[in-house]
Amino acid sequence: MTAAAIDKILLSFFYELQNYFTLAGRTFVRIFQRPFYYREFAIQFDKLGFASLFICILTGLFSGMVMALQSLIQLKPFAATSYVGGMVAVTMIKELGPVLASLMVAGRVGSAITAELGTMVVTEQVDAMRVEGTDIIKRLVGPRLKAMLLALPLLTIVTDMVSIFGGYIMSAGYQINPLMYISGLPQFMVFQDLIEGVVKPAVFGGIIAITGCYVGLNTKGGAEGVGAAAKKAVVLSSVLILICDFFIAKIFVVFRG
Amino acid sequence: MISNDSIRMEKLCYSVGGRRILENFDFQLDRGVNRTILGISGAGKTTILKLLLGLLEPNSGTVSIGNLCITGLPESGFMQQRKQIAIVFQGGALFDSMTVGENVGYRLFEEGHLSQAEISKIVLEKLGFVGVEAALDLYPAELSGGMKKRVAIARALAADPDYIFFDEPTTGLDPIGVYNICNLMQRLQAEGKTTLMVTHDLATAFATSQRFTFLHDAQMLFEGSEEEMRCSTIPEVIEFLSPTERSLFV
Ligand SMILES: Nc1ncnc2c1ncn2[C@@H]1O[C@H](COP(=O)(O)OP(=O)(O)OP(=O)(O)O)[C@@H](O)[C@H]1O
Ligand SMILES: [Mg+2]
Repeated sequence: MTAAAIDKILLSFFYELQNYFTLAGRTFVRIFQRPFYYREFAIQFDKLGFASLFICILTGLFSGMVMALQSLIQLKPFAATSYVGGMVAVTMIKELGPVLASLMVAGRVGSAITAELGTMVVTEQVDAMRVEGTDIIKRLVGPRLKAMLLALPLLTIVTDMVSIFGGYIMSAGYQINPLMYISGLPQFMVFQDLIEGVVKPAVFGGIIAITGCYVGLNTKGGAEGVGAAAKKAVVLSSVLILICDFFIAKIFVVFRG
Repeated sequence: MISNDSIRMEKLCYSVGGRRILENFDFQLDRGVNRTILGISGAGKTTILKLLLGLLEPNSGTVSIGNLCITGLPESGFMQQRKQIAIVFQGGALFDSMTVGENVGYRLFEEGHLSQAEISKIVLEKLGFVGVEAALDLYPAELSGGMKKRVAIARALAADPDYIFFDEPTTGLDPIGVYNICNLMQRLQAEGKTTLMVTHDLATAFATSQRFTFLHDAQMLFEGSEEEMRCSTIPEVIEFLSPTERSLFV
């Protein structure tokens, strides 16, 4: 590869990065400005958030069960099975709940947002809206961002609760006293972990919405372009979620002292 | 001669993907002078309309609406000026999540100055103007191509613009459909609206416009009236008006 080629790739990378953050910043500012598009928000909350409830329940149930199963096997030789509730709770609430729920939703919702906006772009509906005097960011991006900022923490809380229930079922199968399981839940956690458990999904929700909208609004070409864009949005938001997860965890560790 | 009642582009260059679409292009649409842009497919006609509306950013040169230069301004900076222009897109570009009625009333509803009843009245009136009242509660996916075009025109009319851009309004229509669109444009012109059309359809062009622009290879090759065009000695224009064997692709 020549220096010129590398130069070109880097330039376009930073150009895209700049546009991405511009969109994120503008949207964030404009969700506090009129008009608020309540109806659009309600539609998106239902379509993106509520409709993802079932996959989050499934995700939570089985990941909680498998966490409990694996912990039980590890803890048994040390006669420490009383810690199982605490282990399930801390891993699910701080890490797996937010990350797994977000990854599931990113696959489902990220692609849907991108495909919808991408189709609107290639059929000139977005241009038509702009000519009609609509602020695309307020009308199309804002409601989706708001819906995800609110929906993903709620979905994550559901995922966490279901996973703790899944762990409970598994432990009961291994003759762990239910009271011991429940009283053991908070043993590895501090209050700040609960905050971490809802801050993460809120950030991830923002990433899914903004990435979906950014890729969708920059779709080129026809039906093929929309397909490629949807794929790109899912991969990009999943990777961003995992990267951000690390940094948010790091920040919380610092504050924990 | 620059008048305040015009939309124009000056010394405009636009390229996409390393390809020059327009080079040093000057164009002016004056109020009351209906124009048509002609040119072979892919010449950049749709691009001109989008540039005039500020939907695309030129590489260099300027676009002005009235006495406001919109190039380089953020969209919110020329929203008001642009509201005097409406466009009927090549594919209709109807919002497919909304019914025909909601499509036509979109801008009125968004602006929120009028009551629901007043909006419904205007929507029905505009749909009546293009003859598709029956489609009020249908979704765009349930319409035929010709109906989509007419609904798109009704939507463009809803906000009562001064200028209306038509991007290939007659392409893909049967002769009766073409006749209807042609008649509709003439009725609009009689109401005092200025039309700018992009088309390959010479009959419609000559029936609805006074000035013609011929676009070829990123340049304006010809600009003038119908007679001037018919008497033109520019080979490309002669070829466009009556293609001969020389134009065969194979
Ligand atoms: N997003 C884009 N990416 C790359 N090339 C583009 C893009 N948009 C337009 N073009 C190119 O610009 C040229 C002009 O496009 P435009 O849509 O203005 O053509 P047109 O004159 O309207 O053609 P038609 O009569 O077929 O509608 C085309 O050759 C097209 O290949
Ligand atoms: Mg075109």
